[in-house]
Amino acid sequence: MGLLKNADGSAYINWGKNKIMAAVYGPKEVHPKHQVLPDRALLRTRYHMAPFSVDERKNPAPSRREIEISKVIREALVPAVTVEDYPRTAIEVWVEVLQSDGGSRVAGITAASLALADAGINMRDLVVGCSCGIIDSQVVADLDDTEDKEGSGDMPVAIMPNLNQVTLLQVDGMYSRADFQKAFELAIAKGKEVYGMQREALMKRFFEGQEAGMVEEESA
Amino acid sequence: MSMKKNYVVETIRKAQMVELLAKGRRVDERSPDEHRPLTIQTGVIQKANGSAIVTLGNTEVLAGVKVATGAPFPDTPDKGLLVVNAEILPLASPYAEPGPPSEEAIELARVVDRGVRESEMVDLTKLCIIEGKTVYTVFVDVNIMNVDGNLFDATSYAVVSALRTAKMKKYAVENDKVVVKDDVVPVPVEKTPVSVTMARIGDVLVVDPSSEEEAAMDMRITITTDDDGNVCASQKGEASTITPAHVLEAVDTSIRVGKAIRAQIIEATK
Repeated sequence: MGLLKNADGSAYINWGKNKIMAAVYGPKEVHPKHQVLPDRALLRTRYHMAPFSVDERKNPAPSRREIEISKVIREALVPAVTVEDYPRTAIEVWVEVLQSDGGSRVAGITAASLALADAGINMRDLVVGCSCGIIDSQVVADLDDTEDKEGSGDMPVAIMPNLNQVTLLQVDGMYSRADFQKAFELAIAKGKEVYGMQREALMKRFFEGQEAGMVEEESA
Repeated sequence: MSMKKNYVVETIRKAQMVELLAKGRRVDERSPDEHRPLTIQTGVIQKANGSAIVTLGNTEVLAGVKVATGAPFPDTPDKGLLVVNAEILPLASPYAEPGPPSEEAIELARVVDRGVRESEMVDLTKLCIIEGKTVYTVFVDVNIMNVDGNLFDATSYAVVSALRTAKMKKYAVENDKVVVKDDVVPVPVEKTPVSVTMARIGDVLVVDPSSEEEAAMDMRITITTDDDGNVCASQKGEASTITPAHVLEAVDTSIRVGKAIRAQIIEATK
């Protein structure tokens, strides 16, 4: 966390071969002004993949997929931010995928919520994600690139772990009712595991050497 | 397209909706799991390979199928192409504007596309003419004609109905060349995916939200199921949350409500 000098907050995540940098700027003045929200902050997000992040060079112009993911990432983060604390301002969250390896949107969300915390934005909870899927009729967690392409389903889920709320859910594939529940519950459980690491990163950033006991105390 | 224009009215209406929903009622007298009247009319555009006009309450959408031939994707040389696209026309609502597709329209098209694709509604392997070289390309374009909430389901029903009635020219391979034949064959449709969208207003999930309910809703969830009750696509939308219990409730509601809608789509596209 805090790797980018200019950003108000930033976080970098290495998850499998995923390498993602998230940065937060704001709260700042809203431009253009007609976008101002009188009672809360406007959260802007962009999920973008570097041209070299995938096997075949990706056109750097935002694809329809990236536009949709930017939208769902925003909708996954807004519930965690107390936007009503920052009326008439903009908070910008930029998620840059440097290398993609399946589950990049949930990894991006995980990094972005840390970047928001790093920027000192008031939050109700962190947001953490994990995706699940189905390979050979087996429910599996955290698909990588090859598994995503060859498996028969992908289910990214993001949660606010302490509030027990789902903030992102997308499903494609073919799930029986039972498999759906299994995959969904596994994604939540795995998300909670990642949350432990998120907390550690946060503690390391803000309490290094001060209150080292806090992490153990919570998890005990 | 965002309908949230007037915060004051929204807040008052939402309070009223929450109060009514506590008694199991909605502002338009529907029960929470009741969708608005659905009508499906197929074969409305003669120049399209298949078409359908769907009305869901006052929401009206028109889907048209165009089939051509083209090159397959390099990673799926033996499969045809199926592309769903949607446009919210400026004539559909006072809030719609002409121009490049909005975020909402892109999400709409991609969620409907996912339901059709992942349910394996169309057997793409039957759309292959010469492996690696020529395949059928099936484009389903959706025009949103009038917006009154729940574009996701109306669009999905229109796309599925148009595809179920679509006929494409037959192509044959003669001396390694693709030749067009005079007769037509149906697009190889195997399944009937049905999307059911619910809005969470306060603590209650309501099926098929109207524009008025969408303006007041906390969040939206779409769940698409196939004929066997499998979940093939889902999408949560809007900047709020849903509990895990509500997600599972939404899946069960989608399977239950989807059955009658599927029967109606099949009947209308016989």
